[in-house]
Amino acid sequence: MRAIVWIAEGTWEACVDRTRELLPGDAELTLLHVAPTDVEDVATRGAARLLGRRPPPPPGPPLRAIAAEEAQALLESAQSRLGRAAQLDSRRGRVEREVVEACAGADVLVVARDGELRAGPKSLGPHARFVVDHAPCQVLLVWAGEPAAGPPPPDHRHGSPHPD
Amino acid sequence: MHDGGGARRSEAAMNEAVSLVALAAILIAAVARARWAPDWVVAVLGAIVVLAVGAISFSGARSALRELGPTVGFLAALLVLADGCRRAGMFDALGAWMAHGARQRPRRLLAMVFIAAAATTAVLSLDATIVLLTPIVFATAARLPANPRPHVYACSHLANSASLLLPVSNLTNLLAFHASGLSFARFGGLMTLPWLVAIAIEWLIFTRSFSSDLRRSATGRAQTPAVELPVFALCVLAATLGGFVLSSAIGIAPVWVAAAGALVLQVRARPPVKELILATEPTLLVFVLGLGIVVAAAGQHGLSSAVTSVLPSGQELPALLGIAAVSAVAANLVNNLPATLIILPVVAASGPGAVLAMLVGVNVGPNLTYVGSLATLLWRRIVHAHEEETDIGEFTRLGVRTVPLILVASTVGLWLALQVV
Repeated sequence: MRAIVWIAEGTWEACVDRTRELLPGDAELTLLHVAPTDVEDVATRGAARLLGRRPPPPPGPPLRAIAAEEAQALLESAQSRLGRAAQLDSRRGRVEREVVEACAGADVLVVARDGELRAGPKSLGPHARFVVDHAPCQVLLVWAGEPAAGPPPPDHRHGSPHPD
Repeated sequence: MHDGGGARRSEAAMNEAVSLVALAAILIAAVARARWAPDWVVAVLGAIVVLAVGAISFSGARSALRELGPTVGFLAALLVLADGCRRAGMFDALGAWMAHGARQRPRRLLAMVFIAAAATTAVLSLDATIVLLTPIVFATAARLPANPRPHVYACSHLANSASLLLPVSNLTNLLAFHASGLSFARFGGLMTLPWLVAIAIEWLIFTRSFSSDLRRSATGRAQTPAVELPVFALCVLAATLGGFVLSSAIGIAPVWVAAAGALVLQVRARPPVKELILATEPTLLVFVLGLGIVVAAAGQHGLSSAVTSVLPSGQELPALLGIAAVSAVAANLVNNLPATLIILPVVAASGPGAVLAMLVGVNVGPNLTYVGSLATLLWRRIVHAHEEETDIGEFTRLGVRTVPLILVASTVGLWLALQVV
């Protein structure tokens, strides 16, 4: 079995813990992190907004290097929490699309709900929603934290499927 | 008689066409940033061409330069002041302060970013926030570790929306400050409420839009490097700010206060002369002067009357709202510096309230697009089409949520302030 575990800031520990508990010990694991390029772009090329200015690049390492270093550190933390062998895959780009692409050839994707900690459609943020909708493999969807009791599911006779 | 009138008309039409073409060429050069056609060279050439064809007289150009000269000098002093703060380690200290205050919680970090970005923008201008603070915010959030998107986007938004407060917060404000005839303290007094309203709306929309990113605590590697507080630079900055506020009372133009602050900081840092000259961004200063002459020429040949026809006059609330809206649209079309130069002479006739309403529009409006104007955005889409794909949907959605609301609420705030202050 080939499994991809999506490591994202704020939710990665739950994914690692459920992977350890629920996936077979001989599963071939890949820990995946995707750095969003739009944020780097806003941070580095903001000077394009300033007509007529060409400030020197800010001192210190380029943001791309900082992003890569932090992604590697996060993946290594995840691996040590997992406590078993795994491949580390660090990517950049549009997060949700990169995750779906990384799933090609995998049997299962472990992904955390990244929205509200309450049952209901808002428990998935836009990125996790996209990934769940488009993943070409099985999806293990985990809670990152203890969910509060959500509202009862809508009545199938009267309510709309997504009341809020 | 008839022939003479016809000749005059065709000469006027030719002058109008030449000034508008020169203006368009400068804007295209500024947006395209081609190596072979630097925007400041195109601006100088444009100014020479409008002078040569007689679209503006030498005395007209001289008075445009006299108007812009002090503003450009003020800008140079402020750029050197911000550079001195960077050399003194102020932005590294801000990064350490934000990381320490965040206590591993992304929402607290966002609050720290709001304070740092609003203060940096207000005192050292939006340029300092965009160029010097945003990379620090990115690194601080990434090292928390947290998804840096809310924090970096907030910094980028506040560079515009928190630039309402003081004449020194934005180049557009500096230009308007000179034309409005307000004192530094009164400018700040009138803009305090619009500024606070803008920041409050940004906070509400950001915390709602990123609620799930901000809710979860970061765990793991707490690493807040100890950085020494740049006490001397902070004291100089505080004294400079105090000098600005008191400038009209003690009868000194604020530009000299800025120059004194910049001098004190740089004398202590003793950077190489070349670096000091580069810190004033001489090409920007030349660009602004060239652009100013061409806009003055275009203004004399139809541009000002075209602006007058779409801009409400007066200082009542509906007029202020109209001015803010038209200014925001203009800033989104051609970027806010040319928009200010074009609109300012027209609104200045309506009084300082109208000038400040224009500033609400040209300062907040650029948040609607990712890079500040549609022109820049279109250009970047063409040029960077083959580079890494960038998703600007979320940034645009934030702009759509915040900009119209801030335009209305801050203008209402300005109107209230005009009744009271």
